[in-house]
Amino acid sequence: MIDLVWLVPLFPLVGFLTILIGGRKLGEPKAGHVATTMVLLSFAAAVGIFFDLLSRNAVDRSEVVTLFSWVPVGDLKIDMAFLVDPLSSTMLLFVTGIGSLIHLYSVGYMHGDPKFSKFFLYLNLFVLSMTLLVLGSNLLVTFLGWEGVGTCSYFLISFWHTKDANASAGKKAFVTNRIGDFGVMLAMFLAFGAVGSIDYGVMNESALAGTLTQATATGIAALLFLGAVGKSAQLPLYVWLPDAMAGPTPVSALIHAATMVTAGVFLMVRINPVLGAAADWVPTLIAYTGAITALFAATIALAQNDIKKVLAYSTVSQLGYMFLAVGTGAYVAAIFHMITHAFFKALLFLGSGSVIHGMHDEQDMRKMGKLFTLMPITASTFIIGWLAIAGVPPFAGFWSKDEILLFALAESPVLYVIGIVTAILTAFYMTRQVVMTFFGEQRWGSLANAEEAAHLEASDADGDGAEATAESPAPVETHGAHGEFKPHESPPTMLFPLVVLAGLSVVGGIIQLPSLGIIPKGAQHKLLDWLHPIVEFGEGPEERGIGEAVIKGTWAYDNKTILIAIAVACALVGIAGAFAVYQKKMAKPFEPKLFADGWNYDNMIGWFMGNPGRRGFDGVAEFDTKVVDGAVNGVATLVRETANQVRKVQTGYLRQYAGVIGIGVVVLLGWFVVIRGIL
Amino acid sequence: MIAAIEPSWYLILAALLFSVGAVGLLIRRNPLVMFMCIELMLNAANLTFVALAIKLGDINGQTAVFFVMVVAAAEVVVGLSIIVSILRRKPGATADDLAELKG
Repeated sequence: MIDLVWLVPLFPLVGFLTILIGGRKLGEPKAGHVATTMVLLSFAAAVGIFFDLLSRNAVDRSEVVTLFSWVPVGDLKIDMAFLVDPLSSTMLLFVTGIGSLIHLYSVGYMHGDPKFSKFFLYLNLFVLSMTLLVLGSNLLVTFLGWEGVGTCSYFLISFWHTKDANASAGKKAFVTNRIGDFGVMLAMFLAFGAVGSIDYGVMNESALAGTLTQATATGIAALLFLGAVGKSAQLPLYVWLPDAMAGPTPVSALIHAATMVTAGVFLMVRINPVLGAAADWVPTLIAYTGAITALFAATIALAQNDIKKVLAYSTVSQLGYMFLAVGTGAYVAAIFHMITHAFFKALLFLGSGSVIHGMHDEQDMRKMGKLFTLMPITASTFIIGWLAIAGVPPFAGFWSKDEILLFALAESPVLYVIGIVTAILTAFYMTRQVVMTFFGEQRWGSLANAEEAAHLEASDADGDGAEATAESPAPVETHGAHGEFKPHESPPTMLFPLVVLAGLSVVGGIIQLPSLGIIPKGAQHKLLDWLHPIVEFGEGPEERGIGEAVIKGTWAYDNKTILIAIAVACALVGIAGAFAVYQKKMAKPFEPKLFADGWNYDNMIGWFMGNPGRRGFDGVAEFDTKVVDGAVNGVATLVRETANQVRKVQTGYLRQYAGVIGIGVVVLLGWFVVIRGIL
Repeated sequence: MIAAIEPSWYLILAALLFSVGAVGLLIRRNPLVMFMCIELMLNAANLTFVALAIKLGDINGQTAVFFVMVVAAAEVVVGLSIIVSILRRKPGATADDLAELKG
């Protein structure tokens, strides 16, 4: 089965090509069905690979499948090769699994969109790129996927590109990602220069064998981390992710929550031996970047009113947790949180999409409320996602967050405090969102209705029917007359993925239960056992299954029960606080403008780029026109002027030429005869 | 009594002919006359060849003349046809009128 790993990217490729050629003919909903089937087949192949790996011994679970020699240039030999091991298999499972659910959801969500088949074209291309990214056995194949997902992200953020804001959000994402991408490229050059190969196997083995110098390892790890910061939206390059919410909601769920943005974390885990060989400041930098991003984004999420913006900042925050885990050496915890986060954040995004769909494209939570009775399934699944992200046991998010916090405390109390404060804030803002959306008083009555009617009339008056449908994937028949506005539950194709993801968000934690007395030994640390050969190279087999061995002996390890109690208490405090403020109205909401504006970070960048930056660019442009162009043009002018003078010699008078020739002959003869003495 | 004709006389004649041709080329403007002057210079060179061939007893000089004459014949055909077509286009044109290629 492992030899057939190329089937995993092949299916989305086939889907992509089919829709590319016949998408218009297939139309709605066949294009969506083709795309969904292809990703589902890909998922089936991934499951097959998983079970094949599972049936092997732990030491045999890593295999390179080479398809063909891709770049044979001198000493540089790069194969189009896939590395199949527990890590890539895990990633494949949730990328294709959640991918197929979101494809299915999109069939319902994108209903009526004029660019229906194009949406699935991009979505399949994205899955193709993501599987390449995950499977690549060297940095270049990964980079191919890395750029591929970036491109798809750009296409899909600005999917409704007739609106200026959407188009510039796409550009913002693309440009910001480029900053990180150059780090990945430099890391590749550095790796080739140092070890003569960009294969993960070679790099990791030389790092483990100690042949990789500390300086090189530091350089590679730091540069790849720069790439990860861009792709995974960490400080200071997080700015593109909140804006990326301009894309359709399934895109936000698939690309900007569950899969693509976790690519940075994946890359860090993939090269973890190099990270281990690097100077100590690299992991510390990663841990603090993650922790500060987590806290920073959580504060912004407190004051957002757009239902998707809250989730976007929450994603940035949760990605911060993952980097915190990577930085503290808790690679398994990072992957664990990546998986559980993919479950519950995809669920929350799809749930918010369902709400937006039902509210006829209303994203402002201030115009929602009391939707629970009207959208029971969406609301119940959303609540499960909320409990999972807030860290309430036994939902999935609790276990993964708890493990990260455990490692954070073992590393440094500062990181732990930041993590726990973020956890309180997370519980708080998610509760706020749930209360504002599904409970409290109804705020969507006549106000939303009036605006809806005005919006419809405006678009009718413009005669711009295409844009109106592009903006509102909601079924038209439910709009009814302008007088009746009623939020409605979404179609079954949208609800089914919600239910499945809700189920996964409840039970997702069982893949990595902590070693506590009450949990049977056989059920603990399943994910660690599975990922063991990838993340803990050095240890012998007798250490396996313990997992937390690295932090054994620390206070944190010995008092895990206390930590769990603190984590649960914090989650409950956050939930209770938000409930008191937003449901019971016991206190005025604390939503400073500073938080709503995202600490003015965007504005500061805008100001900086607009003023000193602008002047700098103008100066450079001046230099270019004056000095660079001046030099080039000066040479041209010099040549032209000289030629102008010289060409006057050519008078065109035949007799003058003859005379000059005659004089020339006389002079030459005189030279030869008189001076040289010839003849 | 008639003195024997010395080869050097031919050389003097050739020099005179060449000078006439060269001066004519420089001072006349009629393209046809200028062309004739060129022919004059060419034949002065031919005469030099023959005279020196006799003086040095080397047949190669005379051989070269035949080549020159053949080439000159071809050149006359081309040159004359050009001049005729120029004069057809611009009747009475002088060489100084034909200065379109000036820089």
